[in-house]
Amino acid sequence: MSTLVPAVDVESRASAPPRPAPRSKISGHLFTGLSTGFAWLALAVLLGILVALAVASWPAIETFGIGFLFSAEWNPPAERFGAVIPIYGTVVTSLIALIIAVPVSFGIALFLTELSPAWLRRPLGTAIELLAAIPSIVFGMWGLLVFVPIFAEVQPLLAATLGQIPLIGTLFTGPPMGIGLLCAGIILAIMIIPYIAAVMRDVFEVTPAMLKESAYGLGCTTWEVSWRVVLPYTKTGVIGGIMLGLGRALGETMAVTFVIGNTNFLNSASLFLPGNSITSALANEFGEAGPGLHTAALMELGLILFLITMVVLLLSKLLLMRLAASEGGR
Amino acid sequence: MLKAVTRPLFTFATCVTLASNAFAADITGAGASFPAPIYAKWADAYQKATGHRLNYQSIGSGGGIKQITAKTVDFGASDMPLKPADLDKDGMLQFPTVIGGVVPVMNLPGIKPGEVKLTGPVLADIYLGKITKWNDPALAALNPTLKLPEQEIGVVRRADGSGTTFIFTNYLSKVSEDWKAKVGEGTAVQWPLGLGGKGNEGVSAFVQRLPGSIGYVEFAYAKQNKLTHAQMKNKDGQFVEPDDSTFKAAAAGADWSHQFYEILTDQPGKASWPLSGATFILMHKTQDKPTQGTEVLKFFDWAYGHGGEMAASLDYVPLPEATVKQIRASWSQLKDASGKTIDAK
Repeated sequence: MSTLVPAVDVESRASAPPRPAPRSKISGHLFTGLSTGFAWLALAVLLGILVALAVASWPAIETFGIGFLFSAEWNPPAERFGAVIPIYGTVVTSLIALIIAVPVSFGIALFLTELSPAWLRRPLGTAIELLAAIPSIVFGMWGLLVFVPIFAEVQPLLAATLGQIPLIGTLFTGPPMGIGLLCAGIILAIMIIPYIAAVMRDVFEVTPAMLKESAYGLGCTTWEVSWRVVLPYTKTGVIGGIMLGLGRALGETMAVTFVIGNTNFLNSASLFLPGNSITSALANEFGEAGPGLHTAALMELGLILFLITMVVLLLSKLLLMRLAASEGGR
Repeated sequence: MLKAVTRPLFTFATCVTLASNAFAADITGAGASFPAPIYAKWADAYQKATGHRLNYQSIGSGGGIKQITAKTVDFGASDMPLKPADLDKDGMLQFPTVIGGVVPVMNLPGIKPGEVKLTGPVLADIYLGKITKWNDPALAALNPTLKLPEQEIGVVRRADGSGTTFIFTNYLSKVSEDWKAKVGEGTAVQWPLGLGGKGNEGVSAFVQRLPGSIGYVEFAYAKQNKLTHAQMKNKDGQFVEPDDSTFKAAAAGADWSHQFYEILTDQPGKASWPLSGATFILMHKTQDKPTQGTEVLKFFDWAYGHGGEMAASLDYVPLPEATVKQIRASWSQLKDASGKTIDAK
């Protein structure tokens, strides 16, 4: 977990003794050379993956063109492939996960930094970090064997309440089977909460006590301090944490495969229905896919997922840059 | 489930073992996951008997075909035979090793294993969504003595690509024109309806949870877990139970003369189980490393001679003696680079 924590101890850095002079020039050059090499290696690997995916998926790109992105057909015997359903499943389950995980993580982080009694902080914090250490396959099996039967009982209740609301009501209709897009989204939410919560907690903790105490001194409530002081001060870190969670949700494979239903249909907006995601389509079909278009289409799915994550990352960088710019304007 | 976990591990293992390929006597193979347990058992016993080792990586039939085409392994394994034209294109030969089968299973309260009788066309109509209730006239006509409930049929099928799905869809394509036109055959197809379970375990988990559901699993899996299977009507019009003898009967009637390209579904013969299938080994006809080729042949020669009981203990069905004879004869096509026949002895 500690690698994810961007917490910077400002005080101790400032008071650290000045760095000792390098013992010899050779070790200095070696160090510079090595770290430069590693940095370029990372870039080379990234490019290599992109090129390899593009080359392997070329037959599919050539055959289906841009239509691959808009066709809902996935028919291996007839060799006709389209990516709409897996893309839809990936995006929708990740969005559900974010909608659930962000407020919950915010609450957890807030409780741990502002409200929790001191003796509870450490065990609770550790428990949440442990949640992040559970392998995704365990979430998948737990989801299928334990959560799905319970969720199948809850779904009629959702349909009777949320399902009655106009507009979003159609999302909560359909047969209560347990498995499906909504179920996969909820499992994903549980999986990414520890990541987002841990990052949020760590950045909340670095808010200078003086800022918070001043706000409290002015008569602010805990909520006002968190919302008006802590959150604006830490928003870069918070957004980073959310993006980390989103990245994890987009790429999660095993847990989703177990509970999403692995079905290539899209004839209703209902979240109760089984669907498919890019990662589970790959996990399910890659091993048995014959050479030719089927493999190429799966490779193209991988390429699309790669591009989706890249776009998400770019957008978050843009958002952060705009935030920084507006900060400077003030 | 397990398969899903082990697959990445095996892929990793492939890399490791390929790197340590320096041990000349070690032979490597990769492919189908369905026969992996018996290949592992044979390899273990073979090592005890001869000291030679076999590394088999269960990475899926598609992966096996890719690996042998790229010559990164000594033999590939596939649940789906390659067409003679495809074999010739890559200069390969194939031969079957063991037989397995697919069994329709269901969850109908009060119905015992083997009580329900089905035909291929009816099964196809269920999976096409044309027969939707258990008391449908077509089902009632096949089962006049049973009281089938007025219940929706919940269709369950494999979500992952698999040889099991290939056998199932191949059979339905043979017996139903409608299925052939709308869905076709393959390790993964575009299903008109149904719930997708991952692996035999996933399918049987759904079938056991949903009353009124029907699914299909490997014979060994159905037998070991005592699932409620159905009897099937075979090509000769007989209703048969899935067991060793009916699988063997399907293999006995098969015509293996076209480079062993034979799918054992819907075979003639009074006792033939219609959803049978063999699993195959692929090798290059011209062996760049003839010693490795010889070792592979020696291994399978030994397995045909000594491995029958081991296969049966894992609920695979050994090939009939006549078929084994044909396979051994086919090995004379294997040559080294200079065109000399490789000896299996």
